[in-house]
Amino acid sequence: MEAGLLFKIILVVAMFAVSLLVAMYSTFLERKVSAWMQNRKGPNRAGPLGLLQPLADGVKMFMKEEIIPNVSNKALFIIGPCVAMTTALMAGALIPWGGDIELWGRTFTLQVADLNIGVLYIFGITSLGVYGIMIGGWASNNKYSLMGAIRASAQMISYEIAMGLAIIALIMSTGTMSLKEIADQQDAGLANFVYQPLGFLIFLICAFAELNRAPFDMPESESELIGGYHTEYSSMKLGLFLFAEYINMFISSAVIVTFYFGGYHFPFQNEINEALGLSTTMATALGTGIMFLKVFFFIFFFMWIRWTLPRFRYDQLMRLGWKSLIPLAILNILVTGVVMWMNGKIN
Amino acid sequence: MQPLTNRSKQVVKKEMTFAEKLYLPAIFGGMIITFKNMFRKSATVQYPEVKRDMSPNFRGQHVLKRDENGAERCTACGLCAVACPAEAITMNAAERKKGEEGLYREEKYAANYEINMLRCIFCGLCEDACPKEAIFLTDRIVPTEFDRDDFVYGKDKLVEKVNERIDVTKRQTPEVLEFKKNKSLSHNKI
Ligand code: SF4
Ligand code: SF4
Repeated sequence: MEAGLLFKIILVVAMFAVSLLVAMYSTFLERKVSAWMQNRKGPNRAGPLGLLQPLADGVKMFMKEEIIPNVSNKALFIIGPCVAMTTALMAGALIPWGGDIELWGRTFTLQVADLNIGVLYIFGITSLGVYGIMIGGWASNNKYSLMGAIRASAQMISYEIAMGLAIIALIMSTGTMSLKEIADQQDAGLANFVYQPLGFLIFLICAFAELNRAPFDMPESESELIGGYHTEYSSMKLGLFLFAEYINMFISSAVIVTFYFGGYHFPFQNEINEALGLSTTMATALGTGIMFLKVFFFIFFFMWIRWTLPRFRYDQLMRLGWKSLIPLAILNILVTGVVMWMNGKIN
Repeated sequence: MQPLTNRSKQVVKKEMTFAEKLYLPAIFGGMIITFKNMFRKSATVQYPEVKRDMSPNFRGQHVLKRDENGAERCTACGLCAVACPAEAITMNAAERKKGEEGLYREEKYAANYEINMLRCIFCGLCEDACPKEAIFLTDRIVPTEFDRDDFVYGKDKLVEKVNERIDVTKRQTPEVLEFKKNKSLSHNKI
Protein backbone atom coordinates (compact mmCIF):
# COMPACT_ATOMS: atom_id res chain seq x y z
CA MET A 1 0.00 0.00 0.00
CA GLU A 2 2.72 2.46 1.05
CA ALA A 3 4.78 1.88 -2.07
CA GLY A 4 1.66 2.03 -4.22
CA LEU A 5 0.67 5.39 -2.71
CA LEU A 6 4.18 6.77 -3.08
CA PHE A 7 4.28 5.69 -6.69
CA LYS A 8 0.93 7.33 -7.38
CA ILE A 9 2.12 10.57 -5.82
CA ILE A 10 5.28 10.50 -7.92
CA LEU A 11 3.19 9.76 -10.97
CA VAL A 12 0.79 12.64 -10.25
CA VAL A 13 3.66 15.09 -9.83
CA ALA A 14 5.31 13.76 -12.96
CA MET A 15 2.01 14.09 -14.82
CA PHE A 16 1.73 17.76 -13.85
CA ALA A 17 5.35 18.41 -14.71
CA VAL A 18 5.11 16.71 -18.07
CA SER A 19 1.81 18.40 -18.95
CA LEU A 20 3.23 21.82 -18.11
CA LEU A 21 6.47 21.14 -19.95
CA VAL A 22 4.70 19.88 -23.04
CA ALA A 23 2.30 22.81 -22.95
CA MET A 24 5.22 25.20 -22.58
CA TYR A 25 6.97 23.83 -25.59
CA SER A 26 3.70 23.58 -27.51
CA THR A 27 3.52 27.36 -27.36
CA PHE A 28 7.01 27.42 -28.79
CA LEU A 29 6.18 24.81 -31.39
CA GLU A 30 3.05 26.70 -32.37
CA ARG A 31 5.08 29.78 -33.13
CA LYS A 32 7.66 27.74 -34.99
CA VAL A 33 5.10 25.78 -37.02
CA SER A 34 3.22 28.92 -37.95
CA ALA A 35 6.51 30.51 -38.97
CA TRP A 36 7.55 27.57 -41.11
CA MET A 37 4.19 27.44 -42.81
CA GLN A 38 4.45 31.12 -43.63
CA ASN A 39 8.06 30.90 -44.81
CA ARG A 40 9.38 32.66 -41.74
CA LYS A 41 11.90 31.53 -39.16
CA GLY A 42 9.98 31.97 -35.92
CA PRO A 43 11.51 32.73 -32.53
CA ASN A 44 15.22 32.00 -32.67
CA ARG A 45 16.84 34.57 -30.38
CA ALA A 46 16.31 33.29 -26.83
CA GLY A 47 18.85 30.57 -26.26
CA PRO A 48 20.09 28.08 -28.85
CA LEU A 49 17.52 27.78 -31.66
CA GLY A 50 15.22 29.92 -29.54
CA LEU A 51 14.63 27.03 -27.15
CA LEU A 52 14.44 29.32 -24.12
CA GLN A 53 11.62 31.31 -25.68
CA PRO A 54 8.87 29.75 -23.49
CA LEU A 55 10.81 30.79 -20.38
CA ALA A 56 11.17 34.30 -21.75
CA ASP A 57 7.43 34.36 -22.44
CA GLY A 58 6.71 33.17 -18.93
CA VAL A 59 8.94 35.79 -17.36
CA LYS A 60 7.33 38.43 -19.53
CA MET A 61 3.85 37.31 -18.48
CA PHE A 62 4.79 37.53 -14.79
CA MET A 63 6.41 40.94 -15.13
CA LYS A 64 3.44 42.53 -16.88
CA GLU A 65 1.18 44.91 -15.05
CA GLU A 66 -1.76 43.20 -13.45
CA ILE A 67 -5.00 44.99 -14.24
CA ILE A 68 -8.33 44.12 -12.68
CA PRO A 69 -11.06 46.35 -14.11
CA ASN A 70 -12.93 48.41 -11.52
CA VAL A 71 -16.32 47.37 -12.83
CA SER A 72 -15.56 43.68 -12.88
CA ASN A 73 -16.65 41.12 -10.35
CA LYS A 74 -13.28 40.70 -8.68
CA ALA A 75 -13.74 37.29 -7.12
CA LEU A 76 -15.09 35.72 -10.28
CA PHE A 77 -12.49 37.56 -12.33
CA ILE A 78 -9.78 35.75 -10.41
CA ILE A 79 -11.60 32.42 -10.27
CA GLY A 80 -12.03 32.27 -14.06
CA PRO A 81 -8.46 31.50 -15.09
CA CYS A 82 -8.00 29.24 -12.06
CA VAL A 83 -10.93 27.10 -13.13
CA ALA A 84 -9.64 26.96 -16.68
CA MET A 85 -6.22 25.84 -15.50
CA THR A 86 -7.45 23.34 -12.89
CA THR A 87 -9.83 21.57 -15.21
CA ALA A 88 -7.18 21.45 -17.88
CA LEU A 89 -4.81 19.66 -15.52
CA MET A 90 -7.41 17.32 -14.04
CA ALA A 91 -8.20 15.32 -17.14
CA GLY A 92 -4.66 13.98 -17.41
CA ALA A 93 -5.19 11.69 -14.42
CA LEU A 94 -7.08 9.12 -16.42
CA ILE A 95 -4.81 8.79 -19.42
CA PRO A 96 -2.93 5.49 -19.47
CA TRP A 97 0.58 6.60 -20.35
CA GLY A 98 2.05 3.14 -20.57
CA GLY A 99 1.88 -0.46 -19.50
CA ASP A 100 3.39 -1.98 -16.36
CA ILE A 101 6.75 -1.14 -14.90
CA GLU A 102 8.59 -3.10 -12.23
CA LEU A 103 9.93 -1.05 -9.36
CA TRP A 104 11.08 -2.13 -5.88
CA GLY A 105 10.10 -5.66 -6.84
CA ARG A 106 6.52 -4.65 -7.47
CA THR A 107 4.49 -3.97 -10.54
CA PHE A 108 2.96 -0.58 -11.14
CA THR A 109 0.85 0.81 -13.94
CA LEU A 110 1.64 4.10 -15.60
CA GLN A 111 -1.79 5.52 -14.98
CA VAL A 112 -2.86 7.64 -12.06
CA ALA A 113 -6.37 6.22 -11.79
CA ASP A 114 -8.15 3.59 -13.81
CA LEU A 115 -11.79 4.49 -13.32
CA ASN A 116 -14.26 2.10 -14.84
CA ILE A 117 -16.20 5.13 -16.03
CA GLY A 118 -13.08 6.91 -17.28
CA VAL A 119 -14.69 8.07 -20.49
CA LEU A 120 -17.46 9.80 -18.57
CA TYR A 121 -14.95 11.44 -16.24
CA ILE A 122 -12.93 12.83 -19.14
CA PHE A 123 -16.10 14.01 -20.75
CA GLY A 124 -17.27 15.73 -17.59
CA ILE A 125 -13.97 17.43 -16.91
CA THR A 126 -13.65 18.80 -20.43
CA SER A 127 -17.13 20.28 -20.19
CA LEU A 128 -16.17 21.90 -16.90
CA GLY A 129 -13.43 23.68 -18.81
CA VAL A 130 -15.98 26.00 -20.37
CA TYR A 131 -16.81 27.40 -16.92
CA GLY A 132 -13.42 29.04 -16.77
CA ILE A 133 -14.16 30.83 -19.99
CA MET A 134 -17.75 31.68 -19.04
CA ILE A 135 -16.87 32.98 -15.60
CA GLY A 136 -13.92 34.92 -16.93
CA GLY A 137 -15.91 36.44 -19.78
CA TRP A 138 -18.85 37.35 -17.60
CA ALA A 139 -16.83 38.76 -14.71
CA SER A 140 -14.90 41.06 -17.05
CA ASN A 141 -18.03 43.18 -17.52
CA ASN A 142 -17.08 43.85 -21.10
CA LYS A 143 -19.27 43.33 -24.14
CA TYR A 144 -16.59 41.58 -26.13
CA SER A 145 -15.76 39.25 -23.29
CA LEU A 146 -19.41 38.47 -22.77
CA MET A 147 -19.85 37.74 -26.46
CA GLY A 148 -16.86 35.43 -26.33
CA ALA A 149 -18.20 33.65 -23.28
CA ILE A 150 -21.63 33.20 -24.84
CA ARG A 151 -20.10 31.85 -28.00
CA ALA A 152 -17.87 29.52 -26.03
CA SER A 153 -20.75 28.04 -24.08
CA ALA A 154 -23.00 27.69 -27.15
CA GLN A 155 -20.19 26.06 -29.06
CA MET A 156 -19.34 23.68 -26.23
CA ILE A 157 -22.92 22.56 -25.80
CA SER A 158 -23.41 22.01 -29.53
CA TYR A 159 -20.27 20.07 -30.10
CA GLU A 160 -20.38 18.09 -26.89
CA ILE A 161 -23.50 16.34 -28.17
CA ALA A 162 -21.83 15.21 -31.37
CA MET A 163 -18.73 14.26 -29.44
CA GLY A 164 -20.72 12.23 -26.94
CA LEU A 165 -22.57 10.44 -29.72
CA ALA A 166 -19.28 9.64 -31.41
CA ILE A 167 -17.99 8.19 -28.17
CA ILE A 168 -21.15 6.12 -27.72
CA ALA A 169 -20.33 4.27 -30.93
CA LEU A 170 -16.81 3.72 -29.64
CA ILE A 171 -18.09 2.39 -26.34
CA MET A 172 -20.46 0.09 -28.21
CA SER A 173 -17.66 -1.45 -30.21
CA THR A 174 -15.17 -1.68 -27.36
CA GLY A 175 -17.69 -2.60 -24.69
CA THR A 176 -15.93 -0.67 -21.94
CA MET A 177 -15.64 2.80 -20.46
CA SER A 178 -12.21 2.34 -18.93
CA LEU A 179 -9.50 4.11 -20.85
CA LYS A 180 -6.97 1.46 -20.01
CA GLU A 181 -9.14 -1.30 -21.38
CA ILE A 182 -9.87 0.68 -24.51
CA ALA A 183 -6.14 1.11 -25.03
CA ASP A 184 -5.35 -2.52 -24.24
CA GLN A 185 -7.98 -3.83 -26.64
CA GLN A 186 -5.97 -2.32 -29.46
CA ASP A 187 -2.71 -4.04 -28.52
CA ALA A 188 -2.59 -6.87 -30.99
CA GLY A 189 -5.29 -6.11 -33.51
CA LEU A 190 -6.09 -2.99 -35.40
CA ALA A 191 -6.48 0.38 -33.76
CA ASN A 192 -9.98 1.71 -33.21
CA PHE A 193 -9.90 4.26 -35.99
CA VAL A 194 -10.07 1.40 -38.47
CA TYR A 195 -13.34 0.27 -36.95
CA GLN A 196 -14.62 3.76 -36.30
CA PRO A 197 -13.38 6.01 -39.11
CA LEU A 198 -16.45 8.23 -39.08
CA GLY A 199 -16.51 8.32 -35.32
CA PHE A 200 -12.87 9.33 -35.28
CA LEU A 201 -13.49 12.13 -37.76
CA ILE A 202 -16.43 13.47 -35.76
CA PHE A 203 -14.47 13.20 -32.53
CA LEU A 204 -11.53 15.03 -34.06
CA ILE A 205 -13.66 17.88 -35.39
CA CYS A 206 -15.44 18.19 -32.06
CA ALA A 207 -12.10 18.19 -30.29
CA PHE A 208 -11.15 21.27 -32.28
CA ALA A 209 -14.37 22.93 -31.22
CA GLU A 210 -14.01 21.93 -27.58
CA LEU A 211 -10.47 23.26 -27.54
CA ASN A 212 -11.53 26.57 -29.08
CA ARG A 213 -8.84 26.07 -31.65
CA ALA A 214 -8.97 27.52 -35.12
CA PRO A 215 -11.02 27.08 -37.27
CA PHE A 216 -13.44 27.08 -34.32
CA ASP A 217 -11.74 29.75 -32.21
CA MET A 218 -14.96 31.74 -32.11
CA PRO A 219 -14.73 32.59 -28.39
CA GLU A 220 -11.45 34.42 -28.80
CA SER A 221 -11.52 35.52 -32.44
CA GLU A 222 -8.87 38.22 -32.26
CA SER A 223 -10.17 40.01 -35.32
CA GLU A 224 -13.82 40.38 -34.31
CA LEU A 225 -13.85 40.18 -30.53
CA ILE A 226 -10.33 41.43 -29.83
CA GLY A 227 -9.55 38.37 -27.77
CA GLY A 228 -13.06 37.50 -26.65
CA TYR A 229 -13.26 36.20 -23.12
CA HIS A 230 -9.72 37.24 -22.24
CA THR A 231 -9.94 40.81 -23.55
CA GLU A 232 -9.74 42.28 -20.05
CA TYR A 233 -7.13 39.91 -18.74
CA SER A 234 -3.51 40.80 -18.38
CA SER A 235 -0.34 39.44 -16.88
CA MET A 236 -0.30 35.85 -15.65
CA LYS A 237 -4.11 35.54 -15.57
CA LEU A 238 -4.04 35.88 -19.33
CA GLY A 239 -1.10 33.51 -19.29
CA LEU A 240 -3.15 30.91 -17.40
CA PHE A 241 -5.94 31.11 -19.95
CA LEU A 242 -3.58 30.72 -22.87
CA PHE A 243 -1.62 28.04 -21.10
CA ALA A 244 -4.75 26.08 -20.25
CA GLU A 245 -5.52 25.92 -23.95
CA TYR A 246 -2.21 24.26 -24.64
CA ILE A 247 -2.57 21.81 -21.78
CA ASN A 248 -6.00 20.97 -23.10
CA MET A 249 -4.50 20.41 -26.49
CA PHE A 250 -1.95 18.01 -25.03
CA ILE A 251 -4.56 16.12 -23.04
CA SER A 252 -7.04 15.84 -25.87
CA SER A 253 -4.29 14.64 -28.19
CA ALA A 254 -3.59 11.96 -25.60
CA VAL A 255 -7.29 11.12 -25.40
CA ILE A 256 -7.56 10.83 -29.17
CA VAL A 257 -4.50 8.61 -29.26
CA THR A 258 -5.89 6.43 -26.48
CA PHE A 259 -9.35 6.19 -28.00
CA TYR A 260 -8.51 5.70 -31.63
CA PHE A 261 -4.80 5.09 -32.15
CA GLY A 262 -3.96 2.37 -29.68
CA GLY A 263 -2.48 4.54 -26.92
CA TYR A 264 0.89 3.16 -25.90
CA HIS A 265 0.51 0.10 -28.13
CA PHE A 266 2.01 -0.01 -31.57
CA PRO A 267 1.85 -2.49 -34.46
CA PHE A 268 3.90 -5.69 -34.03
CA GLN A 269 4.84 -4.63 -30.51
CA ASN A 270 5.08 -8.15 -29.13
CA GLU A 271 7.35 -9.25 -31.97
CA ILE A 272 9.54 -6.15 -31.64
CA ASN A 273 9.81 -6.43 -27.87
CA GLU A 274 10.77 -10.07 -28.18
CA ALA A 275 13.29 -9.40 -30.91
CA LEU A 276 14.94 -6.69 -28.81
CA GLY A 277 14.67 -8.83 -25.68
CA LEU A 278 13.21 -5.97 -23.63
CA SER A 279 12.17 -6.39 -20.01
CA THR A 280 8.65 -5.35 -19.03
CA THR A 281 9.84 -1.98 -17.80
CA MET A 282 11.82 -1.27 -20.94
CA ALA A 283 8.94 -2.37 -23.16
CA THR A 284 6.70 0.03 -21.26
CA ALA A 285 9.22 2.82 -21.72
CA LEU A 286 9.26 2.12 -25.44
CA GLY A 287 5.45 2.08 -25.54
CA THR A 288 5.27 5.38 -23.65
CA GLY A 289 7.77 6.89 -26.05
CA ILE A 290 5.68 5.76 -28.99
CA MET A 291 2.59 7.17 -27.32
CA PHE A 292 4.28 10.53 -26.92
CA LEU A 293 5.25 10.46 -30.59
CA LYS A 294 1.63 9.92 -31.52
CA VAL A 295 0.53 12.67 -29.14
CA PHE A 296 3.06 15.08 -30.61
CA PHE A 297 1.80 14.24 -34.05
CA PHE A 298 -1.69 15.27 -33.01
CA ILE A 299 -0.42 18.42 -31.34
CA PHE A 300 1.28 19.21 -34.61
CA PHE A 301 -1.93 18.34 -36.43
CA PHE A 302 -3.90 20.83 -34.34
CA MET A 303 -1.39 23.51 -35.27
CA TRP A 304 -1.29 22.44 -38.88
CA ILE A 305 -5.06 22.90 -39.15
CA ARG A 306 -4.92 26.20 -37.30
CA TRP A 307 -2.47 27.68 -39.76
CA THR A 308 -4.32 26.28 -42.77
CA LEU A 309 -7.95 27.11 -42.29
CA PRO A 310 -9.65 30.45 -41.73
CA ARG A 311 -12.14 30.85 -38.92
CA PHE A 312 -15.71 29.66 -39.43
CA ARG A 313 -18.54 32.10 -39.21
CA TYR A 314 -20.75 31.65 -36.16
CA ASP A 315 -23.77 30.42 -38.10
CA GLN A 316 -21.59 28.09 -40.14
CA LEU A 317 -20.22 26.68 -36.93
CA MET A 318 -23.70 26.04 -35.56
CA ARG A 319 -24.91 24.57 -38.84
CA LEU A 320 -21.95 22.22 -38.99
CA GLY A 321 -22.49 21.12 -35.42
CA TRP A 322 -26.24 20.58 -35.43
CA LYS A 323 -27.00 19.75 -39.02
CA SER A 324 -23.99 17.70 -40.05
CA LEU A 325 -22.09 16.27 -37.14
CA ILE A 326 -24.99 15.20 -34.94
CA PRO A 327 -26.89 13.35 -37.72
CA LEU A 328 -23.62 11.80 -38.85
CA ALA A 329 -22.85 10.68 -35.31
CA ILE A 330 -26.30 9.12 -34.98
CA LEU A 331 -25.80 7.39 -38.32
CA ASN A 332 -22.46 6.16 -37.03
CA ILE A 333 -24.16 4.62 -34.00
CA LEU A 334 -26.71 2.92 -36.24
CA VAL A 335 -24.08 1.53 -38.58
CA THR A 336 -21.97 0.34 -35.65
CA GLY A 337 -25.01 -1.38 -34.19
CA VAL A 338 -25.93 -3.08 -37.47
CA VAL A 339 -22.38 -4.29 -38.07
CA MET A 340 -22.12 -5.63 -34.55
CA TRP A 341 -25.46 -7.38 -34.93
CA MET A 342 -24.35 -8.97 -38.19
CA ASN A 343 -21.16 -10.17 -36.52
CA GLY A 344 -23.23 -11.70 -33.79
CA LYS A 345 -21.80 -9.48 -31.06
CA ILE A 346 -25.27 -8.41 -30.02
CA ASN A 347 -28.46 -10.31 -30.45
CA MET B 1 -13.12 47.20 -72.29
CA GLN B 2 -9.54 46.06 -72.43
CA PRO B 3 -8.59 44.36 -69.18
CA LEU B 4 -5.47 45.71 -67.51
CA THR B 5 -4.06 42.29 -66.86
CA ASN B 6 -5.20 39.01 -68.24
CA ARG B 7 -5.71 37.57 -64.82
CA SER B 8 -9.34 38.49 -64.27
CA LYS B 9 -11.68 35.56 -63.77
CA GLN B 10 -15.36 35.26 -64.34
CA VAL B 11 -17.12 34.66 -61.06
CA VAL B 12 -19.61 31.82 -61.10
CA LYS B 13 -21.97 31.19 -58.27
CA LYS B 14 -23.14 27.69 -58.90
CA GLU B 15 -24.47 25.13 -56.49
CA MET B 16 -21.68 23.28 -54.77
CA THR B 17 -21.32 19.64 -55.63
CA PHE B 18 -21.53 17.05 -52.91
CA ALA B 19 -17.76 16.64 -52.81
CA GLU B 20 -17.35 20.38 -52.40
CA LYS B 21 -19.99 20.48 -49.69
CA LEU B 22 -18.07 17.90 -47.72
CA TYR B 23 -15.22 20.44 -47.41
CA LEU B 24 -12.85 17.64 -46.51
CA PRO B 25 -11.11 17.41 -49.91
CA ALA B 26 -10.62 21.16 -49.91
CA ILE B 27 -9.30 21.10 -46.35
CA PHE B 28 -6.96 18.30 -47.27
CA GLY B 29 -5.70 20.24 -50.28
CA GLY B 30 -5.08 23.25 -48.10
CA MET B 31 -3.17 21.15 -45.61
CA ILE B 32 -0.92 19.83 -48.36
CA ILE B 33 -0.17 23.38 -49.44
CA THR B 34 0.76 24.50 -45.94
CA PHE B 35 2.82 21.36 -45.42
CA LYS B 36 4.76 21.97 -48.62
CA ASN B 37 5.46 25.50 -47.52
CA MET B 38 7.11 24.23 -44.37
CA PHE B 39 10.06 23.10 -46.45
CA ARG B 40 10.42 26.22 -48.51
CA LYS B 41 13.26 28.58 -47.83
CA SER B 42 12.19 31.28 -45.42
CA ALA B 43 12.13 34.82 -46.68
CA THR B 44 13.46 36.20 -43.40
CA VAL B 45 16.48 38.48 -43.35
CA GLN B 46 18.14 38.10 -39.94
CA TYR B 47 18.31 41.83 -39.44
CA PRO B 48 21.11 42.94 -37.15
CA GLU B 49 23.47 40.30 -38.53
CA VAL B 50 22.40 40.49 -42.16
CA LYS B 51 21.47 43.80 -43.67
CA ARG B 52 19.74 44.22 -46.96
CA ASP B 53 21.26 46.62 -49.44
CA MET B 54 19.63 49.98 -49.39
CA SER B 55 18.49 51.83 -52.44
CA PRO B 56 21.23 54.25 -53.61
CA ASN B 57 19.00 57.22 -52.94
CA PHE B 58 17.87 56.06 -49.50
CA ARG B 59 17.16 59.01 -47.24
CA GLY B 60 18.09 58.36 -43.63
CA GLN B 61 19.69 60.24 -40.72
CA HIS B 62 21.18 63.61 -41.64
CA VAL B 63 24.81 64.62 -41.49
CA LEU B 64 26.23 68.14 -41.29
CA LYS B 65 29.33 68.10 -43.44
CA ARG B 66 32.74 69.63 -42.82
CA ASP B 67 34.90 70.89 -45.62
CA GLU B 68 38.32 69.56 -46.60
CA ASN B 69 39.99 71.45 -43.72
CA GLY B 70 37.56 70.19 -41.17
CA ALA B 71 35.57 73.41 -40.81
CA GLU B 72 31.80 73.19 -40.56
CA ARG B 73 30.16 74.16 -43.82
CA CYS B 74 26.82 75.32 -42.43
CA THR B 75 26.38 79.07 -42.28
CA ALA B 76 23.10 79.11 -40.42
CA CYS B 77 21.25 80.71 -43.25
CA GLY B 78 18.07 78.95 -42.22
CA LEU B 79 17.09 77.93 -45.71
CA CYS B 80 16.81 74.31 -44.71
CA ALA B 81 14.48 75.25 -41.87
CA VAL B 82 12.36 77.28 -44.26
CA ALA B 83 12.28 74.49 -46.79
CA CYS B 84 11.43 71.83 -44.26
CA PRO B 85 7.76 70.88 -44.65
CA ALA B 86 7.71 69.23 -41.25
CA GLU B 87 9.33 72.13 -39.41
CA ALA B 88 11.83 69.78 -37.91
CA ILE B 89 14.88 72.03 -38.01
CA THR B 90 15.73 74.82 -35.58
CA MET B 91 18.99 76.70 -35.21
CA ASN B 92 20.67 79.67 -33.56
CA ALA B 93 23.25 81.63 -35.50
CA ALA B 94 26.41 83.10 -34.09
CA GLU B 95 29.22 85.22 -35.48
CA ARG B 96 32.58 83.66 -36.04
CA LYS B 97 35.29 85.09 -33.78
CA LYS B 98 38.86 85.65 -34.76
CA GLY B 99 40.87 82.47 -34.66
CA GLU B 100 37.87 80.24 -35.31
CA GLU B 101 38.47 80.08 -39.04
CA GLY B 102 39.54 76.48 -38.74
CA LEU B 103 36.26 75.59 -37.04
CA TYR B 104 33.72 77.38 -39.19
CA ARG B 105 33.99 77.96 -42.88
CA GLU B 106 31.74 81.02 -43.10
CA GLU B 107 31.62 84.17 -41.01
CA LYS B 108 28.33 83.16 -39.51
CA TYR B 109 27.78 79.72 -38.15
CA ALA B 110 25.15 77.68 -36.33
CA ALA B 111 25.74 77.77 -32.61
CA ASN B 112 22.89 75.31 -32.11
CA TYR B 113 21.41 73.16 -34.81
CA GLU B 114 18.70 70.70 -33.98
CA ILE B 115 16.66 68.30 -36.04
CA ASN B 116 13.72 66.58 -34.44
CA MET B 117 13.83 63.12 -35.92
CA LEU B 118 10.25 62.42 -34.87
CA ARG B 119 9.00 65.36 -36.94
CA CYS B 120 11.28 64.76 -39.89
CA ILE B 121 9.71 62.95 -42.81
CA PHE B 122 13.04 62.36 -44.54
CA CYS B 123 11.94 64.16 -47.66
CA GLY B 124 15.39 65.55 -48.38
CA LEU B 125 14.19 69.10 -49.09
CA CYS B 126 16.68 70.51 -46.58
CA GLU B 127 19.42 68.96 -48.63
CA ASP B 128 18.06 70.53 -51.81
CA ALA B 129 17.74 73.92 -50.19
CA CYS B 130 21.21 74.13 -48.69
CA PRO B 131 23.43 76.51 -50.70
CA LYS B 132 26.54 75.45 -48.85
CA GLU B 133 26.46 71.70 -49.42
CA ALA B 134 26.30 71.43 -45.68
CA ILE B 135 23.46 69.02 -44.97
CA PHE B 136 22.93 65.61 -46.48
CA LEU B 137 20.77 62.65 -45.78
CA THR B 138 22.67 59.41 -45.41
CA ASP B 139 21.84 55.73 -45.46
CA ARG B 140 22.10 55.49 -41.68
CA ILE B 141 18.91 54.55 -39.87
CA VAL B 142 17.71 56.64 -36.95
CA PRO B 143 17.78 54.26 -33.99
CA THR B 144 14.95 53.85 -31.52
CA GLU B 145 14.96 55.63 -28.19
CA PHE B 146 12.94 55.40 -24.99
CA ASP B 147 12.38 59.16 -24.58
CA ARG B 148 11.02 61.62 -27.06
CA ASP B 149 13.65 64.17 -26.13
CA ASP B 150 16.36 61.83 -27.28
CA PHE B 151 15.07 62.11 -30.81
CA VAL B 152 16.03 65.76 -31.01
CA TYR B 153 19.47 65.50 -32.51
CA GLY B 154 21.86 68.35 -31.75
CA LYS B 155 25.13 69.21 -33.38
CA ASP B 156 26.91 66.54 -31.38
CA LYS B 157 25.06 63.89 -33.33
CA LEU B 158 24.63 65.66 -36.63
CA VAL B 159 28.04 67.14 -37.42
CA GLU B 160 30.41 64.55 -38.76
CA LYS B 161 33.59 63.86 -36.84
CA VAL B 162 36.77 65.25 -38.37
CA ASN B 163 38.41 61.87 -38.47
CA GLU B 164 35.27 59.91 -39.33
CA ARG B 165 33.90 61.44 -42.48
CA ILE B 166 30.49 60.27 -43.64
CA ASP B 167 30.33 59.29 -47.26
CA VAL B 168 27.63 61.23 -49.13
CA THR B 169 28.78 60.58 -52.69
CA LYS B 170 25.64 58.59 -53.29
CA ARG B 171 23.58 61.75 -52.85
CA GLN B 172 26.13 64.35 -53.94
CA THR B 173 26.35 63.15 -57.53
CA PRO B 174 27.90 65.27 -60.29
CA GLU B 175 24.43 66.07 -61.55
CA VAL B 176 23.48 67.42 -58.16
CA LEU B 177 26.63 69.55 -57.99
CA GLU B 178 25.93 70.88 -61.45
CA PHE B 179 22.37 71.70 -60.44
CA LYS B 180 23.55 73.53 -57.38
CA LYS B 181 25.81 75.74 -59.47
CA ASN B 182 22.85 77.03 -61.46
CA LYS B 183 22.53 80.49 -59.96
CA SER B 184 19.46 81.30 -61.99
CA LEU B 185 17.53 79.15 -59.54
CA SER B 186 16.68 81.52 -56.72
CA HIS B 187 17.56 79.25 -53.86
CA ASN B 188 21.08 78.72 -55.15
CA LYS B 189 21.78 82.44 -55.16
CA ILE B 190 23.25 83.15 -51.75
S1 SF4 C 1 14.44 65.69 -44.59
FE1 SF4 C 1 12.65 66.96 -45.00
S2 SF4 C 1 11.48 66.81 -43.09
FE2 SF4 C 1 13.54 66.08 -42.61
S3 SF4 C 1 14.59 67.86 -41.85
FE3 SF4 C 1 15.01 67.76 -44.05
S4 SF4 C 1 13.43 69.03 -44.98
FE4 SF4 C 1 12.77 68.62 -42.91
S1 SF4 D 1 20.57 75.48 -45.52
FE1 SF4 D 1 22.62 74.58 -45.25
S2 SF4 D 1 23.88 76.28 -44.67
FE2 SF4 D 1 21.79 76.99 -44.45
S3 SF4 D 1 21.33 76.56 -42.27
FE3 SF4 D 1 20.68 74.79 -43.42
S4 SF4 D 1 22.42 73.41 -43.36
FE4 SF4 D 1 23.16 75.41 -42.77
